[in-house]
Amino acid sequence: MSNPSSAFDPLGSVPEQPPAALACPVFLADLREQMLKFAVLQLADRSQAEDAVQEALEGALKNSAAFQRQAALKTWVFAILKHKITDALRRRHKADQAVTAVQLDDDEADDSRFDHKGRWQRGARPARWQQPEQSMEDAHFWRTFDACLNCLPALQARLFMMREFLELSSDEICAQEAITVSNLHVVLYRARLRLRDCLENNWFSEGT
Amino acid sequence: MMNCKQATRLLSDGQERPLTVAERSSLKFHTLMCTSCRRFQGQMGTLRQLAQSYAKSQPDEPEN
Repeated sequence: MSNPSSAFDPLGSVPEQPPAALACPVFLADLREQMLKFAVLQLADRSQAEDAVQEALEGALKNSAAFQRQAALKTWVFAILKHKITDALRRRHKADQAVTAVQLDDDEADDSRFDHKGRWQRGARPARWQQPEQSMEDAHFWRTFDACLNCLPALQARLFMMREFLELSSDEICAQEAITVSNLHVVLYRARLRLRDCLENNWFSEGT
Repeated sequence: MMNCKQATRLLSDGQERPLTVAERSSLKFHTLMCTSCRRFQGQMGTLRQLAQSYAKSQPDEPEN
């Protein structure tokens, strides 16, 4: 049970010193950008999203001394951001639209891809994706990707982003969102089916 | 015999948890015979890569 962050602290605590995680401008810039994408997707409003991110970051900086590890800080900053987003939605009188795990059953789309025996329907079969690595160099592709993300139902988008963008573990997400692992996996499955379809229809099958 | 719906679900779950030996072997058997699911399998990995690059990318265009 060693604590690596305190092992290299010969002078005792130095309050003026920024914590390791926040001393790295690249990390901070990346974090801010991830938060912004997350907030824009949830709020569908750029300026509200920027406010929420700003407030969350300021709140985090005030208490950042407790976080030496970047991963811990990131998890925590996003937890704050989520509250800011919820507040913003509530202020917009959209509180009752705030997503909850109750909406798990709202997505029938995955069923239409398969026939009654669970086989791919003819029109839904995955096609071969041409050179995805090359697409990543293309700004148009990222606009398509962005649009596809924005088409996901809100809960799917949020959990998918927490998992794939923030790279939080299943356990962390379940704890934060108060849902079960199996519900999380269903939602992620549906999000992946939809995203896959959207990318294929709008990018990977173009001109073929 | 596993069908495509079950196979795709497992391929997604495989990104979240280690699959059991039984799951892996029936999946392997299925994807050996099913081109669509084999493609789907590759695309799950691509999707993860894409999402991670997207998250780390900086905005490359002016805001207006």
